[in-house]
Amino acid sequence: MSKVKSIVLDPIFNNNPIAYQILGICSALAVTSKLETSIVMSLAVIFVVSFSNLAVSLIRHHVASSIRILVEMTIIASLVIIADQIIKAFVYDISKQLSVYVGLIITNCIIMGRAEAFALKNPPLLSFMDGIGNGLGYTFVLLFVGFFRELFGAGKLLGYTIFPVNTEGGWYVPNGLFLLSSSAFILIGLLIWAIRTWKPEQIEEE
Amino acid sequence: MSNESTKKMMFVALGVCLVCSVLVSTAAVSLHARQQRNKELDKIKNILIAGDLYEKGVDSEQIFKEKVEPLHIDLSTGAILDENEVPDKLSVTKFNIKDISEDPDYGQFIEKDKDIARINRMPGVMLVYVIKSDDKIDKYILPIYGKGLWSTLYGFIALDSDLETIQGITFYEHGETPGLGGEVDNPNWKEIWVGKKAFNEQGNVAITVIKGQVDPTSPKAKYQVDGLSGSTLTTRGLDAMVKFWFGESGYGPFIKNKKSEKGESNEQS
Repeated sequence: MSKVKSIVLDPIFNNNPIAYQILGICSALAVTSKLETSIVMSLAVIFVVSFSNLAVSLIRHHVASSIRILVEMTIIASLVIIADQIIKAFVYDISKQLSVYVGLIITNCIIMGRAEAFALKNPPLLSFMDGIGNGLGYTFVLLFVGFFRELFGAGKLLGYTIFPVNTEGGWYVPNGLFLLSSSAFILIGLLIWAIRTWKPEQIEEE
Repeated sequence: MSNESTKKMMFVALGVCLVCSVLVSTAAVSLHARQQRNKELDKIKNILIAGDLYEKGVDSEQIFKEKVEPLHIDLSTGAILDENEVPDKLSVTKFNIKDISEDPDYGQFIEKDKDIARINRMPGVMLVYVIKSDDKIDKYILPIYGKGLWSTLYGFIALDSDLETIQGITFYEHGETPGLGGEVDNPNWKEIWVGKKAFNEQGNVAITVIKGQVDPTSPKAKYQVDGLSGSTLTTRGLDAMVKFWFGESGYGPFIKNKKSEKGESNEQS
């Protein structure tokens, strides 16, 4: 039981795919200008990474190593299309904002990385849990970045006004930098700094 | 059988593909109806927003059915087509600007020097909407689109029955930078458009989206709209877009027809 627990919880702080392994940065920059899009994107990634891990693990004894990457890609791509279809059907407004980035989950290094590094060597249930854990690790970073970007960039959270902005008669002058992708770099950098100060064992040796 | 044998490899690969394709097509087919509906509702919602009829929580489709009437117009002549003669592809339920402008039969290429909105192709027939109250035309809602900085913006502009005063603008699809060019969605900015004049006394297109803020004391203020701060290129795109669609290649002929009709009926009465 403790193994499952550590598989799920480790990727959040100890072995975070974005903050420690520095994977999947691209989408973390693109979709985090609002908290709402960050949440939907995170759910989509959790769904894809956990089920791709499960599927890859289920057939791991039957796939020749020479075609395994192709098989993994097929599985991941199918799951991403399904996630995209579901988002378009149920949260249409958000799908318009996420636009191509849901499709680009296919190229998210975390998913392929977990299939290769974990699912190929471990039983299905553990692999599924590993997928959930890594998805949550990704979620944690996206929510962190999305929270600050929406708050400082637009004075809002989930669309609700927190700081009334000056263009609508309030006092807050929104910081436009937070709406640009580069601010996500800075925020992720600060997050990595904070985590590594808290857990110095994550610092790479020179 | 070894995993590396060609037979097994083929078998596994085919099996994976088969399962995946069944899953993907099931998802796509079963959710298709819902997605189409979302798109339609979104478009209806935006038509209502442009016409200032949208109310949160009220059934948009109901309002649309009661108050909005679709109209097909031939853009080059400005003539209104008989609804019974409209080809199936252009029918109200199927009308899709992107598909039709690409279509070899119904779309047309725009000459480079005229294509200020940078859209390359446009439909020859456009589906516009009129809002009526007491059988009299109240507003025209005209679809517009054009290039901004990153994306093509698709939206509607509403024109008063005097065919000069703008009554609203909205965009239902764009990919401009949130907070900068994306402020085209800002209700306060959209509000600025209401009451502006699209044409001057000579009947020429006069509406301009300027860089910065409009000086309210200027005699030109009624033709000018504030640009979006921090997004010069989106602002330029918007300016070109409204000029294009109100101009000769856009709704110019239609508006002229309507105006002369109006002039005649005024003389009679």
